[in-house]
Amino acid sequence: MFDIDIWQEIFTTIRQNKLRSILTGFSVAWGIFMLVVLLGSGIGLENGIKKQFEGDATNSIWIYQGQTSIAAKGMQPGRPIQFTNEDYERTRDLIKAADHISGRTGIRGNRIISYKNNYASFDIVCGHPGIQYLEKTDIVEGRFLDEKDITEKNKVAIISTIVKSELFKQGVALGEFIKVNGVPFKVVGIFNDKDERDNRRIYLPISTAQMIFNGANKIYNVSFTTGNMTAEDAQKAEEQLRASFAARHKFNIEDKRAIWIRNNLQEYQRFLGLFAGIRLYIWVIGIFTIIAGIVGVSNIMIIVVKERTKEIGIRKAIGATPSSIVGLILAESIIITGFSGYFGMVAGIGLLELLSPMFSSPESFFQNPSVDFGIAVRAMLLLVIAGAIAGFIPARKAALIKPIDALRDE
Amino acid sequence: MNNKAIISVKNINKSYDAGINKLHVLKGIEFSVRQGEMVSIMGASGSGKSTLLNILGILDNYDSGEYHLNEVLMQNLSEKKAAYYRNQFIGFVFQSFNLISFKNAMENVALPLYYQKVGRRQRNKLALEYLDRMGLKDWANHMPNELSGGQKQRIAIARAMISKPKVILADEPTGALDSKTSQEVMDIFDDINNQGVTLIIVTHEHDIAMRTRRIVRLRDGVIEQDYIPQN
Repeated sequence: MFDIDIWQEIFTTIRQNKLRSILTGFSVAWGIFMLVVLLGSGIGLENGIKKQFEGDATNSIWIYQGQTSIAAKGMQPGRPIQFTNEDYERTRDLIKAADHISGRTGIRGNRIISYKNNYASFDIVCGHPGIQYLEKTDIVEGRFLDEKDITEKNKVAIISTIVKSELFKQGVALGEFIKVNGVPFKVVGIFNDKDERDNRRIYLPISTAQMIFNGANKIYNVSFTTGNMTAEDAQKAEEQLRASFAARHKFNIEDKRAIWIRNNLQEYQRFLGLFAGIRLYIWVIGIFTIIAGIVGVSNIMIIVVKERTKEIGIRKAIGATPSSIVGLILAESIIITGFSGYFGMVAGIGLLELLSPMFSSPESFFQNPSVDFGIAVRAMLLLVIAGAIAGFIPARKAALIKPIDALRDE
Repeated sequence: MNNKAIISVKNINKSYDAGINKLHVLKGIEFSVRQGEMVSIMGASGSGKSTLLNILGILDNYDSGEYHLNEVLMQNLSEKKAAYYRNQFIGFVFQSFNLISFKNAMENVALPLYYQKVGRRQRNKLALEYLDRMGLKDWANHMPNELSGGQKQRIAIARAMISKPKVILADEPTGALDSKTSQEVMDIFDDINNQGVTLIIVTHEHDIAMRTRRIVRLRDGVIEQDYIPQN
């Protein structure tokens, strides 16, 4: 059916009706273009916001010390709250569902890390083994901290790939001793963190750091991952924690500034909800745009068939079968929608590719806009099929009217 | 000339709905045309002559009676079957030429062969041959709107001829032409008929009918006269 004659027929009619063909093509191309750009932007926004969560576990709760703002138990407001190891233990015992938990402390004063004659300054984070999951670090070589390091107060360090390359250059780091403020620590693991900032640090066992750097039993943060808690569970856990900390540190439970609790799970789920909303919104707009395209195609096809009724009559008089007439009109419709749909898709993807580098800064809320090629192709197919149906109904009608009536049409 | 009836019509009736009343256009037409005849159908407007021709050409259906074309009964045909018989047995020539405006002369002539699935090269070669016979070879690449009425009608005749039909049906073929061109077209029909092609020409012009070999005169849907013209 699709021999050279059909093609020739189609291109002749398209050439004869340039404006009409261009308008049809434009409505289709525009529909696909809009859909692709919308979907791509939506995904860009989603990527951008997801990137903000990339550094830490998305299902984590972080508790930070603050300052009281309400008088409680005879004490004036403005009293700083200081966490200790006990807060870590109480949290661990209270939140049974927490699968990874860690306290955290830093090192006062200079933070000079050295290996032989190489000196550098990096963040030093002292925590429990669970911090690996909270910070979403990936072990590249060796191991992360373990419980034995904590109980035995081992002088071991886990360093990032960046720290390794600055201190050791191309050399082997594992098993070597680095000095932290002059104290030697053995490198037992090397990690990588997708978050640029978190990748410029070393991890030490919290117990060792407290002992060596005069930290006593102080910590400044407790954090844990919420396992398979739901958002409501996490909300409940947050309330329990607030009550527990209020009782121990003697602050008013209504005092929101005494401790700060960051509930990533809740935030993350709020964003997930937002994404779902945005996606739905984009699809609604996209589908309406496509419907507009389909209506455009249908209109044009109805006009095409009307205009060609007499020609159809002539063709039938000289022996054209109904199916050959339907095929002729369908092929034209499919080719116009197919070509312009493809053009619109390529233009949309091109625009996204063009825009992409403008939003490449890691802080941007808009990252890497891209569109699922499969979805774009499916939308295009939908349009082509709709165009075909839009052409089919009037074409079939025209093909079945008596040739004598078609010939009489002026 | 053999006696085989190409067209055989028995008691054909046809009426149209015209509001409340039925317009009875053909009232029991009976006639037949043998191979190689050149017949004109005459009559005043409204006599049913065009309707009869449309039925003969399977462009329209009839209410009752029997119509055999090449000894095949043409009744309750599907559009596909009708298309097949039109393509195989019939060539049409219309008053308003009915050429396809965006195709050139050669493509217009070749079109019936396209629906017979004849290859493009063969089709165009044959079309040029038929155009040549009409004296229009040099106009093969012209579009219909660049041609005169007489030229267009000759192209239409070439198109009707190319599929080697059993019968050519012409509906007022000279209706849109001046008398000189009309005579030229009739010369062509004469030629064609001399080659053995059966021709049925609907006309209301007396001098056109006089150039055929048999005249069937219709009046109010019945055959009033069927005679051989005497020059």
